[in-house]
Amino acid sequence: METINLLIWSLDSLLGLSLLWLAWRALTTPDLFKAVVLFIAFGLLITLVWVRLDAPDVALAEAAIGAGLTGALLLSALARLDSTHSDPASVYSGKTRVNNESAGPESIHWWPFSLLVLVSSGLGFIILSMPVAFMGLSPEVSDQLANSGVENPVTAVLLNFRAYDTLLEMVVLLIALLGVWSLGGGVKHKEPFPGTVLDILTRLLTPVLILVSAYLLWVGAHAPGGAFQAGSVLGAAGVLLMLSGWQLQMNIPVLLIRLILLAGPFAFIAMAVITIMIEGQLLQFPVAQAGLLILLLETFATLSIGATLAALFLGGQTWKNDEESL
Amino acid sequence: MTIIDYISVILLVAGAFFFLAGTLGLLRFPDVYTRLHALTKADNLGLGLTVTGLILQLESWLVAGKLLLIWILILLAGASVAHLIAKGALRRKVRLWKQ
Amino acid sequence: MQTFYLALALFLLLSLVAGMWRILRGPSATDRMLAAQLFSTTAVAILLLLAQATGKPAFHDIALVFALLTAITAVAFVQRAWPIKEDKHDDN
Repeated sequence: METINLLIWSLDSLLGLSLLWLAWRALTTPDLFKAVVLFIAFGLLITLVWVRLDAPDVALAEAAIGAGLTGALLLSALARLDSTHSDPASVYSGKTRVNNESAGPESIHWWPFSLLVLVSSGLGFIILSMPVAFMGLSPEVSDQLANSGVENPVTAVLLNFRAYDTLLEMVVLLIALLGVWSLGGGVKHKEPFPGTVLDILTRLLTPVLILVSAYLLWVGAHAPGGAFQAGSVLGAAGVLLMLSGWQLQMNIPVLLIRLILLAGPFAFIAMAVITIMIEGQLLQFPVAQAGLLILLLETFATLSIGATLAALFLGGQTWKNDEESL
Repeated sequence: MTIIDYISVILLVAGAFFFLAGTLGLLRFPDVYTRLHALTKADNLGLGLTVTGLILQLESWLVAGKLLLIWILILLAGASVAHLIAKGALRRKVRLWKQ
Repeated sequence: MQTFYLALALFLLLSLVAGMWRILRGPSATDRMLAAQLFSTTAVAILLLLAQATGKPAFHDIALVFALLTAITAVAFVQRAWPIKEDKHDDN
């Protein structure tokens, strides 16, 4: 085998094997904190896998959400779990079998395991028997790309050809947030005044995060990027501000926040109604203005996604000691 | 291979060496503080040399600027996080390794 | 040169996988978090090398997002998830 193929092959197999191994360790360790850190590492490696599979848009989203935001979310949830548990130190030391007694390789449940093996071998067989030069829908997308208003085929599919699916996704995000809100109040963390270093870090990183979010939104038209990626980076900015103890929520009226959360889905629905009235078809963009309309939709979607992710991290609509409400 | 390519190769190999050193330090050093030290070496030197080696290969100043930005952000985040973790570890009375 | 970039990326990936041992061993929560931080920086380097090897500048953006987001995970650890009393316990 040529060197380069050998290198590529070793790179990919190392990635795949370490993913499997990480997943196994993350699921079978009784120490929850270790499991969370393993999961963060897992997210990191998955991003590399997306890169190797030549899907940079997904890799961008995975880097922001899977490796970053989910890590912060899980750590925060772990802290909250800890505070409700009787013995605080035990969650971290694994003395308490919090994820039940059946952790460990000696207690494999045979029925689900054999089902899983069946499904994965079926999937593997199907993927391996696909013709190597399988083009999928790429030719059709490239043909229509000129009419879509953008040059990035992923954005064209998400925001133009299958804009209906994205509309539904926006609504799903909103429903997820409502689900989290329905679970009860958030925990009001009495953050001490952030030390100098954390304060400076926040002051420097937050503008950069906002700028990078705007950059990803803009560049999504002709390179990997787009609303979801930009929205998750924006959400990360919100999470950073919340973690550093910046007392933001007092001055923002509740209505404004709710409007921002709704802006994404409503923009899509409004666009759907308008296009039905003008063009007669659901979400059929006029070719000349398609680029502009897509940018407009993506901007609202970015704001909405960012706010939704930050609100998910916050965890609740009202505080437990319910004087201030969000 | 031009002279620029050779310089890039040297810089990149040096960067990879520092990354290895950082990982070895993380695995072999005896306590949290020394491991933190090893980590920041990988951040500063490892990534810095890698970025420099790659910048020499680029044609566009804009992309070079982006790579520099990535390095500066890692430096900033790495230094701040190192400080925060060290201070927190001291407060939690994590023992220093005594010879 | 492309072979060289890929070889370096493989080398860094091996280094990353070796670092996983620290996550598993601990012994404290801090050590595990440190390993995760090193992972992120190594992943940034791998991404930059892959960007140069495959000629796709989009990967630079992914590295940029990584650089920003690892700080947030670390801040979440320091501010929220760090137990007050570290237990020098190790398992598995």
